[in-house]
Amino acid sequence: MNMLTIGNMKKEIKIMQTSAQLTFQDKLGAWKARWGINRMNYKVEPGLYRLGNPNENSPVLVTANYKLTFDSLRKELSGLDTWILVLDTKGINVWCAAGKGTFGSNELINRMAIVQLDKIVAHRTLILPQLGAPGVSAHEVTKYTGFKVIYGPVRAKDIKEFIQSGMKATPEMRTLKFSVYDRLVLTPIEFVGTIKPSLIIFGVLFLLNLMGLGPFGLVDFYGYMGAVIIGCVLTPVLLPFIPGRAFAWKGWLLGLVWAILVNWLNGWPSNPQYSLLQALGYVLVFPAVSAFLAMNFTGSSTYTSLSGVLKEMRIAVPAIIISIVIGCLLILVNSFI
Amino acid sequence: MKHQYLKNVTTLKLDQSLCTGCGKCTEVCPHQVFAIINSKCSTIDKDSCIECGACVKNCPFHALEVRPGVGCAAAVIKSWLTGGEPSCDCSSGGGCCS
Repeated sequence: MNMLTIGNMKKEIKIMQTSAQLTFQDKLGAWKARWGINRMNYKVEPGLYRLGNPNENSPVLVTANYKLTFDSLRKELSGLDTWILVLDTKGINVWCAAGKGTFGSNELINRMAIVQLDKIVAHRTLILPQLGAPGVSAHEVTKYTGFKVIYGPVRAKDIKEFIQSGMKATPEMRTLKFSVYDRLVLTPIEFVGTIKPSLIIFGVLFLLNLMGLGPFGLVDFYGYMGAVIIGCVLTPVLLPFIPGRAFAWKGWLLGLVWAILVNWLNGWPSNPQYSLLQALGYVLVFPAVSAFLAMNFTGSSTYTSLSGVLKEMRIAVPAIIISIVIGCLLILVNSFI
Repeated sequence: MKHQYLKNVTTLKLDQSLCTGCGKCTEVCPHQVFAIINSKCSTIDKDSCIECGACVKNCPFHALEVRPGVGCAAAVIKSWLTGGEPSCDCSSGGGCCS
């Protein structure tokens, strides 16, 4: 704790200590957040942190108070002495918080005043993550605080090189990527999100069985689960390799391959027991399920725009609904015959 | 492999007459949409624009315009069901805010 005397009033400036080392607890917490466990309450306290042994000339890095964000920044800072100013973004990452405005000019200006940053450092420069830019107006922050805002690299792993090269970002550091690994770490939460609706669907099928409208069995189960995994895991992972541009289309295409495979594995068309109605029902339902889930991955991707998503959805959403409704009807009719 | 989303959809507009060529937009754009050519900003890859609004917010001369928004189908569905603008609010699942 530093003590400063302002006028007659003694004002404590609270500075918290942190380090570049992640503990087992931190890593376990990150894993849990990826699976949706305690994810919406994974926060650190907003305010000023000391990493290493910073002095009045050390750089000030600004970040969000989602713990996964804070940890991924500090683990890249080993061997450096820096200040970290954590904004209160309600436990949301920099990019989403910037879109909402919680990682924004107002919060930044207020937080700087609360921690009295102008008394702690002698220089007048802040380093913000580039992905915070949609929420922050650099020239306005400068106007109100006198601090110059420099946007650092997109990814925390480049921050050390950025600082050591005198705050110069290469075009590479400025570009938002979306690698196989980036996409893969997002798939667990996509899958977890499907569990609840899937259980409801299984419940309905079970009731239909009890009412004698079935039987729905193993083929329906694994066919559906396959469509789900294609939509929320396989399509995201293979994203740039699937032909076409719209996400729903990409999911539908893989789902179609799957539906044909399920039909073929169960003896269609050679097995006369396997009716055309059922085969057609699967072809209408499974690709539509995959398409819907793949479409929802637009929100996790780093290269979709609202205008693009709206355009895609105007076609995809009605098509998906019609396809699923007709497909379900065909399957039900088939179980009557 | 470069990701490519739908073409000719962005609402991004640039008024070159207001631009001073300061280059702030090239600093904040996460998809390298802009380049400074002959001390003026040009859009060199408009189809990569994701309408995040970073350039508009950080242009001191108001030379840029966009309808900012999130390219998120779940947010759009939610806005259809509840009214209002699609916003990034993943408190009920979805992977974007992780």
